[in-house]
Amino acid sequence: MTFFTQWFQEPNALWVMIGTTLLGISSGVLGSFAFLRKRGLIGDVLAHAALPGICLAFLITGSKNPFTFMIGAIVSGTLASLVIIWVTRYSRIKEDTALGLVLSVFFGIGIVLLTQIQHSHNGNQSGLDKFLFGQSAALVESDIRVMGISAVILILITFLLFKELKILCFDPQFGAILGFPMRFLDLLLMFLLVIAVVNGLQAAGIVLMAALLITPAAAARYWTERLDHMVLISAGIGALSGILGTIMSGMIEHMSTGPIIVIAATCLFLISLLLAPKRGLISRWIRRYQFQKKQQIRTTKGRESLE
Amino acid sequence: MSSFWIMLIGSLVASSCGILGCFLILRRMAMLGDAISHAILPGIVFAFLISGSRESFPMLVGATLVGLLSTIIIQWMKQNGVQADAALSVTFTALFALGVILISLYTRQIDLDLDCVLYGEIAYVQWDTWQLGDLNMGPRALWMVGGVFLLNLLIILLFFKQFKLTTFDPALAAAVGIPVAFFHYLLMGMVSLTTVASFESVGAILVVAMLIAPAATAYLWTDRFHLMLSLSILFGILSAIGGYLLAVPLDASIAGCMAMMAGILFLFSFLFAPRHGLVSKWWYQRKWYSKPQ
Amino acid sequence: MTPPIEIQNLSVAYHKKLVLTDIHYTSPKGECIGIIGPNGAGKSTLLKAIMGLLPLATGTVLIDGQPIKQQRHKIGYVPQRESVDWDFPTNVFDVVLMGRYGKLGWFRRPNRADRQFAMECLEKVGMAELADRQISQLSGGQQQRVFLARALAQEAQIYLMDEPFAGVDAATEKAIIHVLHDLKQQEKTVFVVHHDLQTVEEYFDSLLLLNRKIIAAGPTKEVFQIDRLQQTYGGKLTVLSTQANAFMVR
Repeated sequence: MTFFTQWFQEPNALWVMIGTTLLGISSGVLGSFAFLRKRGLIGDVLAHAALPGICLAFLITGSKNPFTFMIGAIVSGTLASLVIIWVTRYSRIKEDTALGLVLSVFFGIGIVLLTQIQHSHNGNQSGLDKFLFGQSAALVESDIRVMGISAVILILITFLLFKELKILCFDPQFGAILGFPMRFLDLLLMFLLVIAVVNGLQAAGIVLMAALLITPAAAARYWTERLDHMVLISAGIGALSGILGTIMSGMIEHMSTGPIIVIAATCLFLISLLLAPKRGLISRWIRRYQFQKKQQIRTTKGRESLE
Repeated sequence: MSSFWIMLIGSLVASSCGILGCFLILRRMAMLGDAISHAILPGIVFAFLISGSRESFPMLVGATLVGLLSTIIIQWMKQNGVQADAALSVTFTALFALGVILISLYTRQIDLDLDCVLYGEIAYVQWDTWQLGDLNMGPRALWMVGGVFLLNLLIILLFFKQFKLTTFDPALAAAVGIPVAFFHYLLMGMVSLTTVASFESVGAILVVAMLIAPAATAYLWTDRFHLMLSLSILFGILSAIGGYLLAVPLDASIAGCMAMMAGILFLFSFLFAPRHGLVSKWWYQRKWYSKPQ
Repeated sequence: MTPPIEIQNLSVAYHKKLVLTDIHYTSPKGECIGIIGPNGAGKSTLLKAIMGLLPLATGTVLIDGQPIKQQRHKIGYVPQRESVDWDFPTNVFDVVLMGRYGKLGWFRRPNRADRQFAMECLEKVGMAELADRQISQLSGGQQQRVFLARALAQEAQIYLMDEPFAGVDAATEKAIIHVLHDLKQQEKTVFVVHHDLQTVEEYFDSLLLLNRKIIAAGPTKEVFQIDRLQQTYGGKLTVLSTQANAFMVR
């Protein structure tokens, strides 16, 4: 108990906790749709693709204001999603290839810009590094406010467009026949994902964002067969990972929060994979065993009746 | 001399990756290179902790093994009903996070700079030479990357038929008695080894770019697999040399410029490739539109 | 009276290949029309072109005298079963309810009347008791019936069905025939892409024989002739008996 009371007395700890929880919730919600649209890798791609935008924003404005960085990241993230959509629509390139292509080329351009900044600005690029690897321990109140507002907006849009997003993920062709502009909706979902990724990038870094957009959603899928429940559970698992990760990293010295959050989310995923009631592996194994046993009894009975 | 070494090593990496990339994108596994390049981090850390040195060989072995392990985990998850993209993401993010945690935990024992491991810089390859006795054998990276390229080439040439069939029609391959799983893991092992060997010298991002972009570009130019392989190597080498020539005047990251060049080549082909390019498609479509009514 | 579907000079190209050419067709109203042709004849493409899901190389399609954009609400669609991932987290009732989304428009959620209507549609295909069933646990025939109920929930004037009879069980076949009968009594126009030549005469009032272009179109009695079918299927058709109209498609 003393640990917790001590820990919460630290001025920043509570803000970090709130920040990671918000992040877990918003990426859990949007990650569900990315997962069902079979775009689980999109978080990884968009997080990498933000780099050139961040660098350009710095080169143009010369300021290290996180807000300018966010604008730059949103612009290049949106451009990346457009490229992915165009390349898959207008050429024979499949989506996974387009994803990898955009990831590596955008990141490569980002590194080129980064070296330019290093050379022209006396190698002072610490503000940019923060965006790549994430520094949740450095979160302050104003960051949390921005994160909170964007998380609320994202969740609100998802709530309003729930039925449209559902049909986009389940049967986009049918959605088009019903008269919904599916290409616009697809792009909108991508844009929401860009916002979610950029929102968390500063606090969490690339790899954590990649994980937070897929792992909670993949875990949530095991517990339910309803989309609305899945979105809620995914948000819950995201939040729980954020909280667990923050607490545990507070207990260990020299430990950054991001990787621990990833591990916490992965553990929750593994628990779901194994233990979930219907879809979980153990319950499947039990069902298979029972089925085989029944078959065995049936065949032996059949043989006896023949004899 | 240094520019020669850099272009040569870049081209060798591009050729290795170009060959493997063709198989990867046709098997819809393009993101695997990215996943492996992240997932091997704990392997590097373990190898470092066990061997206690920054020698390349233990790291190569450790990282390749963990890379292969990650593909086994991914495959196991897929077989147990986990969606493919999710299996990939969950595995590589978890392993990467584990690696970062290990580095933080043993931070006193290891002098392992994360940036250095992940973003090796091709500009420095010429300074890191291999001394055999008193003999200077040239850049160590050249031997490493060159050896891996020859090994890849040998394996692909030996089993070309099997790789081709398991890529295009795994069901038929299994029916005629080719061990599909074995060739899957052989390919995964080659991707792991290539990723590890290349990125220590040239940086992870360049490997990921070279695994995908040249093969994807080649795919836009031809429908024949032989030709796709050769074109993929050609585009890879062009990206490597062009990228270097671009980087010198810009005074920018060489690996970044090579990746960018690969992107430019793709963009050009996306627009102007003879049959699958946008312009040619558009032209044909116009022909149908303007057909007399 | 404007025909439900009027197609003029339609052609569709995939990349460089023309899949459909010179399609001129005016459909009768209130009939059940079978679209017959070999694999790769462009049957599904024709349906998609009618619904405006594909860019047309040439020509126009009019629904009740107007372009598709203003007439989407008049079209109901039954896609092939394989077109969606059946492991999606949702249940039978929810999928049928999706048929109401077009009438609802943006943001609005289905109300009680929509739910009731969706339930009635499920009853019509004999699936009411499976309303809560997960869609991943359905048999092929049941999946087909769910899509049929979803199309009914659209309350359309014209129905387009892409191989609804392919690989279904007897109960489903019966349910589909029942629905087709119902729709005809309500004077709706139904297009069905169909494979089984043995049942053609029984199911359809009119036919459209298609192989990249229209080989023949008109009342079944006039069109369902050996020479026309041979023209449609090329060498793939084996005539078993001319009297009984028994054919086999290779």
